[in-house]
Amino acid sequence: MTLNKPILLLLFWSWAAISLAQQTFPKNGVYDQRDGHYAFTNATIQVSPTQQLKKASLLIKKGKVVAVGTNIDIPNDAIQIDLAGKFIYPSFIDLHTAYGMPKPKAAGTRPKQQPQMVSNKKGAYSWNEALKSETRADELFTVNKAKAKEWRNLGFGTVLSHHRDGIARGTSSLVLLGEEREHEMIINNQVAAHYSFGKGTSTQNYPSSRMGAIALLRQTHYDAQWYKANPDDREYNISLEKWLAIESLPQIFEVGNRLDMLRAAKVGKEFGVTYIFRGRGDEYLRLDEIKQTGSAIILPVNFPKPYDVSDPYTTQEVSLTQMKHWELAPTNPAKLAKAGIKFALTTDYLKDKKTFWTQVKQAYKFGLSEEDILKALTTTPAQLIGADKELGTLEQGKIANFIITSHNILADKVTIYHNWVNGKPYALKDINTIDIRGKYELTLEGKKHELEVNGSLLTPDIHLKDPNQKDKKKKGTKLKYTYANGTIAFTIIPKKDTSKKAKTQAIYRLSGNVTAKAWSGNATKANGDWATWSAKRTGDVEIKEPKLPKLDSTVMGKVVYPFAPYGVEKDQLPTAKTVIIQNTTVWTGEKQGKLTNTDVLIQDGKITKIGKKLKAKGATLIDGTNKHLTAGIIDEHSHIAINYGVNEGTQASSAEVRIGDVINSEDVNLYRQLAGGVTMAQLLHGSANPIGGQAALIKFRWGQAPEQMKYEGADGFIKFALGENVKQSNWGDNNRHRFPQTRMGVEQVYEDYFTRAREYEKLRKEKGDKIRRDLELDAVLEILNKKRFITCHSYVQSEITMLMRMAERHGFRINTFTHILEGYKIADKMAKHGAGGSTFSDWWAYKAEVMDAIPYNPKLLNSMNVVIAINSDDAEMGRRLNQEAAKGVKYGGMSEEDAWNMVTLNPAKLLHVDDKVGSIKVGKDADVVLWSDNPLSVYARAEKTFVDGICRFDVEEDKKLRKALQAERSRLIQKMLNKKAAGVKTQPPVHTHKHHYHCGDIENNNFIDYNID
Amino acid sequence: MRTIYLSILFIAFSILLQAQNKDFLYTNVKIHVGTGLIIENGAVGIKDGKIAVVSENGDALKKDYKTVIDGKGQELYPTFIAPNTRLGLEEVEAVRSMRDYREVGHFNPNVRSLIAYNTDSKVTPTIRTNGILLTQVVPEGGRISGQSSILYTEADNWEDATLLADDGIHLRWPNRFHYSGWWAQPGPTKNNKNYDRDLQAIKVYMDAAQAYYKKDVVETKNIKFEAMKGLFEKNKRLFVHVDDARGIMEAVRLLKPYGVDVVIQGGAESWQITKFLKEYKIPVILSNVHSLPKHTDSDIDQPFKTPNILHENGVKFAFSMEGSWNVRNLMFQAGQAIAYGLPKETAVKALTLQTAEILGISQRVGSIEVGKDATFIVSKGDALDMRTSIVTDAYIAGKKVDLSDKQKVLYEKYKEKYELKD
Repeated sequence: MTLNKPILLLLFWSWAAISLAQQTFPKNGVYDQRDGHYAFTNATIQVSPTQQLKKASLLIKKGKVVAVGTNIDIPNDAIQIDLAGKFIYPSFIDLHTAYGMPKPKAAGTRPKQQPQMVSNKKGAYSWNEALKSETRADELFTVNKAKAKEWRNLGFGTVLSHHRDGIARGTSSLVLLGEEREHEMIINNQVAAHYSFGKGTSTQNYPSSRMGAIALLRQTHYDAQWYKANPDDREYNISLEKWLAIESLPQIFEVGNRLDMLRAAKVGKEFGVTYIFRGRGDEYLRLDEIKQTGSAIILPVNFPKPYDVSDPYTTQEVSLTQMKHWELAPTNPAKLAKAGIKFALTTDYLKDKKTFWTQVKQAYKFGLSEEDILKALTTTPAQLIGADKELGTLEQGKIANFIITSHNILADKVTIYHNWVNGKPYALKDINTIDIRGKYELTLEGKKHELEVNGSLLTPDIHLKDPNQKDKKKKGTKLKYTYANGTIAFTIIPKKDTSKKAKTQAIYRLSGNVTAKAWSGNATKANGDWATWSAKRTGDVEIKEPKLPKLDSTVMGKVVYPFAPYGVEKDQLPTAKTVIIQNTTVWTGEKQGKLTNTDVLIQDGKITKIGKKLKAKGATLIDGTNKHLTAGIIDEHSHIAINYGVNEGTQASSAEVRIGDVINSEDVNLYRQLAGGVTMAQLLHGSANPIGGQAALIKFRWGQAPEQMKYEGADGFIKFALGENVKQSNWGDNNRHRFPQTRMGVEQVYEDYFTRAREYEKLRKEKGDKIRRDLELDAVLEILNKKRFITCHSYVQSEITMLMRMAERHGFRINTFTHILEGYKIADKMAKHGAGGSTFSDWWAYKAEVMDAIPYNPKLLNSMNVVIAINSDDAEMGRRLNQEAAKGVKYGGMSEEDAWNMVTLNPAKLLHVDDKVGSIKVGKDADVVLWSDNPLSVYARAEKTFVDGICRFDVEEDKKLRKALQAERSRLIQKMLNKKAAGVKTQPPVHTHKHHYHCGDIENNNFIDYNID
Repeated sequence: MRTIYLSILFIAFSILLQAQNKDFLYTNVKIHVGTGLIIENGAVGIKDGKIAVVSENGDALKKDYKTVIDGKGQELYPTFIAPNTRLGLEEVEAVRSMRDYREVGHFNPNVRSLIAYNTDSKVTPTIRTNGILLTQVVPEGGRISGQSSILYTEADNWEDATLLADDGIHLRWPNRFHYSGWWAQPGPTKNNKNYDRDLQAIKVYMDAAQAYYKKDVVETKNIKFEAMKGLFEKNKRLFVHVDDARGIMEAVRLLKPYGVDVVIQGGAESWQITKFLKEYKIPVILSNVHSLPKHTDSDIDQPFKTPNILHENGVKFAFSMEGSWNVRNLMFQAGQAIAYGLPKETAVKALTLQTAEILGISQRVGSIEVGKDATFIVSKGDALDMRTSIVTDAYIAGKKVDLSDKQKVLYEKYKEKYELKD
């Protein structure tokens, strides 16, 4: 049989459900079971992303695809729907949603006395409130008809739904977007395990930083291994039980930017997990590194709006990277596809889900193929969660999830008529709407009028032509009308009476039946009398068929490395060359002291010769006349280039966290400091707790990825801290309960950790993995075993001596006291102990414990043969450490060579890299700086800074980069102004984020990348 | 016997000192006049605490002075003047009981900094040591923070310390943007939605203050508006603390119609609007040259270049460092600017005469010119470069200043302890 009547909203079907699976529910009334046996004929069927059938039929029954093809026998009992001219697509799958989930709620309230040390969640769960592996989406899921409709309107049929709260978020369920009972909608109850770096609703302080979240994940992996291997002698822990139980599922990790993706991938690699990432849309900026992770990505399409740059002063608030990302973001999906990275598309992260297709079409315009789009919405998501047997294509046996569209899904003004979920229709639009577009002659009470109907099929425009209007191009009066179910109704004023006498106009209300050739019906006149009317189709109008979006071939800016101002295209990154710096004053930093009129040869990143009149094949010659060449500055104490928190100060010890996990290669301060002659820095954890985190030693390889910045083969260091910060003296009255609160307590923290670390070592040796691996104690043990070295934030002599004695009791030495403002008082003790110092030149008086600081401290320590360095601890001071070293001459009269070594060779010694860097010596790394003047002078400017023989800063090149920066900004500003003029909606030139995408994450602000957002 | 001997020695020494204090001649010294001029081998004669003569021929003057000091190899500068500091109001930044610079309330023009000025501070001598003998001590907080005074860094009490009491009123211009986070982790920048409202509040306040000033008979005394009177009488300056270009222009255009003398304090983006500043004759006291560029895309050396841009475009400016202990690096801010184009003696002028002019004290200090106070410093080398700056002597109105400080005392103590030689 053929169905002629339109299928209207068939929602009542859900009450007369096709029973697909057996149910437990009692039935009120009489069962009304149906087969849901349908045949869709004459359609263009996209069976899969790679297979399209024309004039084909799709047969479904009991919610499954029975057959698809061009030559299918239509059974008699199938309800046949003729889809001539229409398209069928398998419906889409969104893998990253919280559909049907309750709003995340904290387990308790944040206590007044900070920090909150353990979870507020009652029961045998994890100590950390952000670890919620026990969360199960299926237990929380409820059907939300309004939300389901939002997705269905876009063509989605299934979503993967998880509770977006916490670092470990438990499992997701694969659910259908129908409106029946939860029992019917859940296809697969536990599909994937979900993670993020965001604490969500947890009010617990730990972790407060990204490196803390990473450490927590790593520790939990080890905890789980131990838990599994050791069933007899351990606590019972539901969160760990569940962690283990869901380990074999696909692991989906939500990240906020490309660098976080690499960080999470590194954690995964350690434990043999290849995560599927919910990306951020900025993957194109680190494509190679991301490709190497082997991860698939669930990709949002949240391309930013242009900024409103009409005010030149306000526009300064918008960075080049924000502007560039605006331009390049739509190219991200195509670039991923080209790179062969597997990805699925998601509506996640969009402020307004309704913009999804506009955004996908943007991606298409910028090179993402139709096939790739379809894959990313159907087969790829299905494969990623192992649901490709049930979903993703319209092959026989699969769930009957599909949509019926008017045109190609990518065409502009495409209509999705139906969204069939599990073999049941959700009619969005009337599929049998008669196309009324054309020219008509309307006869009303014997008078004739012209009507023209054009525009889209479902919602055309109807114009009543003015008979007096001679200009045929003018369309006439636009009519308001309703047109549904074959009935059209509208109102007209046949003739305009413009005379003043006419107080009321004669208004007719018309209603009529529609056929393809004519309309006819009755009308009421102004006085209430009835009249008849008809409209005869007299001709066609030009119909613009929806078309695929035009590919955009505008010239785009290039991706630069790093993605920051002063970044350059990958192929323009500087490389190591053979260089001779000629006829200059060389501050060797070695016994030779200063050499005048000397040449230095750099080859393959090393200093290979120092002498007069040097020659080398193909060497670039740099005239150093009247200039000074020194080793690159090494900053022993820096906090630049660190993402999302330098402190994990929520516990007395955070030895488990590693700055190396959170290096930010895109920090403009790296470039600014290269311009100040800095080539290397130790990135340190903050000083909030007695045992801080592990440090990272980086070279300023501006343009390289974070991992490539780390200095190869460097010894491990760890930050310790003493005094006011660790006893929380200046944190207000609500921080009065974390141990220690006094210097007395600080000692006991150390005594405890060093004692426990030794016992831990012994136990691990004896019992192996039966003893829980503890990342915190691992790090402390490395100190005891002289494999990790302490740099300790310190001011007051008493506690400095305490720590030295502590170390001596436990058989090791303190490597470095950083700040060490009262070091001069115990310089003799430090020298005897073997500790070095890294200090400020002249800082003091900012808190009680620095009231005895003196600028003569470096001089006194140096005279007492303590290796003493000057550090920055400050992004601003970090770019003029040469001047800070000079203060050694001013205060106490150090020799210029000694003063200079305080920012080069001495920090190299403190960091155990003085055999490779820190002075100008044959064989050492070519980390050198050419200065315009005596480098200790305030008048000196770094003109060239080499790192590994690569010129990473050049004062002349810098001029070009500034010009390029300005040109690029101007180009983008013009482009945005044009967009604004063309009516494109803009965003204000400042941040307006309201965490729309993740309500649980307000606490720790974890996902935003302010470089591009 | 021994006591008497010592007493005699002490008296003799005192007389010697007094004599020296009264009249003396510095010869053979490189004089940075402060006006942009330099006298390579000059002499300065001091009589009754004033500069009596400045000459290129010291030998001819020797006969007029009992005390002649040979300044060979030395450089003589007018005192450096540090505007906008918390010196004497803040001893230890982190300790609440030792902070005295922030009062509660939005409009406190009546609040005066000088009476809280702690002349016994351990911090101030370390500033003095580097050649800063005068500072403008400024209250903070609120919209109008209060009144500053210009004070000597050496004195026994605040009354003696005063060169100019209540020299200005400090208005903190509302921020057009709220920046969040810090340099290690910048947060979002947000529009200040209340900017227009805040601006109107300033206007309302200025209107009321002006109306009060114009009253013929004051029935009910308003001590806040009494404090504001000096602005309209032009014996106080209005220091507007503002950094962004648009804010500066809006401040000037709002305040100028009241006929008050406006000085911009901060002025990070002043370089963008030099034409405007010149046209309105608005001087700028720049905050730290040693600061990070305001935006990631800014030229990496923008704060270093800003002074020279102002100079080249005819905007009168001075240097400052907000804070207390760090103020001792004031002159190196000027040194940094020299490295980025500012002519050397112009930098000295900005640190001395120009600052004095902007603060309204140039009739007394700011240059080595006849008739001015003999308030100057002597350095072993270029005082603007930390490599060479060692201030050996300093004088306030011809009186020798104690250049010792707590830090030097501790240095000597431990040098002795470790038996170290210089």
